[in-house]
Amino acid sequence: MSKPMQIRTMAEYAAGGEIPEVLFWVGCAGSFDDRAKKITKAFVRILNAANVKFAVLGQEESCTGDPARRAGNEFLFQMQALTNVTVLNGYGVKRIVTACPHCFNTLKNEYPALGGTYEVMHHTQFINALMKEGRIKVEGGSFKGKRITFHDPCYLGRGNNEYEAPREVLLKLDAALVELKRSKQNGLCCGAGGAQMFKEAEPGKREVNVERSEEALAAEPAVIAAGCPFCNTMLTDGVKHFNKEGEVKVLDIAELIAQAGEL
Amino acid sequence: MGIGSIIFLLLVGAASWLFARNIMRVRRNILLGKDEVINDRRSERWAVMARVALGQSKMVVRPIAGFLHIIVYAGFVIINIEVLEIIIDGIFGTHRVLSFMGGFYDFLIGSFEWLALGVWLACAIFLVRRNIIKLKRFVMKELDGWPRTDANLILSTEIALMTAFLLMNAADWSLQQRGAEHYTAAGAFPVSSVIASALSNCSIASLILIERICWWFHIIGILAFLNYLPYSKHLHILLAFPNTWYSKLKPKTEIANMERVTGEVMSMLDPSVQPPAPAVPRVVAGYEVADRFGAKDVFDLSWKSLMDAYSCTECGRCTSECPANITGKLLSPRKIMMDTRDRMEEVGKVIDAKGKWEDDGNSLHTRITEEELWACTTCNACTQACPVNIDPVNIIVEMRRYLVMEESKTRPALTSMFNNVENNGAPWAFGPDRRMEWTES
Repeated sequence: MSKPMQIRTMAEYAAGGEIPEVLFWVGCAGSFDDRAKKITKAFVRILNAANVKFAVLGQEESCTGDPARRAGNEFLFQMQALTNVTVLNGYGVKRIVTACPHCFNTLKNEYPALGGTYEVMHHTQFINALMKEGRIKVEGGSFKGKRITFHDPCYLGRGNNEYEAPREVLLKLDAALVELKRSKQNGLCCGAGGAQMFKEAEPGKREVNVERSEEALAAEPAVIAAGCPFCNTMLTDGVKHFNKEGEVKVLDIAELIAQAGEL
Repeated sequence: MGIGSIIFLLLVGAASWLFARNIMRVRRNILLGKDEVINDRRSERWAVMARVALGQSKMVVRPIAGFLHIIVYAGFVIINIEVLEIIIDGIFGTHRVLSFMGGFYDFLIGSFEWLALGVWLACAIFLVRRNIIKLKRFVMKELDGWPRTDANLILSTEIALMTAFLLMNAADWSLQQRGAEHYTAAGAFPVSSVIASALSNCSIASLILIERICWWFHIIGILAFLNYLPYSKHLHILLAFPNTWYSKLKPKTEIANMERVTGEVMSMLDPSVQPPAPAVPRVVAGYEVADRFGAKDVFDLSWKSLMDAYSCTECGRCTSECPANITGKLLSPRKIMMDTRDRMEEVGKVIDAKGKWEDDGNSLHTRITEEELWACTTCNACTQACPVNIDPVNIIVEMRRYLVMEESKTRPALTSMFNNVENNGAPWAFGPDRRMEWTES
């Protein structure tokens, strides 16, 4: 990649007496998972290209508590949430963007009850807004004419009723957008939600990600577009299960835009 | 007043009294649950009820079942207007007392006939789907026994009621044609006039007998069916309305905050904050419910979850959309609702017998296993699919809370995840010092 990434922490902004436009909540997957780190970097390149003054929390960021709450550990969730709210409110954070629908759901919907009210955007919503404002321009590029299908993350789609932003962004690629049999409100989960990501699946006939990947592959796409680091992992594994990783790529929408725009 | 009228009045009175008693029992069972105030966004709630319950908006997502269901639903609502006339005729011994409306009356009776035929056919198709085509969601294990019988009984009863209704009209129409005494010409009979051709050899006396038998069968059938509702999945025809009014209007994936925990966590994080006072024990049906985290039994669920359970008609759309169930896991959201209702009924029967609840050593967890609870991805496909906005995920999360916070029962990998979040601030074993490593490569 061309230019080095420009990343500053909230602490650095505060030290300089500056306020960033938005806080980029990187999330645990985006920080630590090798595959998801690429999504994080792609999104940072987009932010840099659009000259967005953004900050990250760095070492001060901690798990939102999403998997703990969903696994029934409300104490741990609230410990995490209250600690994070203290940090966020301490910096006077108003706007947050995140590339993880689980962080998005928790920050947006569940933190207000614990004293943390912010304007929270999913990165596909943020990228869509940047495009509409003309702050980044991506037209066609390397994905022009290719078949792309989008897997709706449950926590973005059904959970928060956002189906259009990711699709509007994808349309900018001049690709052939094909819908999966089960999409939007009827989208099938990748299998990772509700803390399943961190445990073995319960006994059954097959894995959920295999079921979903089979459906995605049936659409014969060149790319399966994802909007969630956990869906990304699940679908990547599922595509490998069918030995299709040579033909079909699983890419986050941020990666698609960063690649297409050569950002 | 003739003897018929008196018998009729006694029957209506007894049925109404029984029904009121049954509804009070259902209400009491629902109120075994925890209090939860749901009265915000009222205009939106009316709109949801109008759209989802009255307008059947989620039924038609599956067009065939949706279309057939609308016929049965419309038939149920509209043909019951006719019951009003039946009741007046029954009390005063009149014949088609509302026929003074003239052409409009003919139109009404004519439409009832077409609807009755539609209901008859729709129920027959429903029976075929359940028993001959055997659609997967209708032959799953959780429907074995009573639930399957219940479904078939409902459909057969509706067919019997519609048959009686049409046969009654056919006899009535024949009597009108022959100018029989009492049977003055009134109404239009597009369907039953065809059936009447089969009655052409009957004498006037036997026609009157047929008409009377069908009349009594129809009205007694309706009164009996009314009292069957509270024991059946068919209760959904009533509870669909309040249940959609009390729908979760918040984002589907939002899990409600446990305020009790907030107080405790705040005092842990800041020693100057006083820990909350212990909750005052709640007494339900003469039983002191232990204050606990999450749901062990029906007493620990919100009353709305219990109303959800009574509103479920076991259609199985939730289960057929559930990623865990589709891939062969034990979890079936429909079974979660059925188990909750069965447990509620079990508790209710003890209260009926003893006047108060006595711990029987069982709970919701006796029926719903950990394997089911841990299979849920909280994806909300079930809540999306439910035609009456039932929320199985809420029950699953409450039961997980009990397992984790009261019993320390979880899956080993989840224990590691909890430890990591607690010690590293991440679900994996990466400490905060490594949070910026992604910027380096």
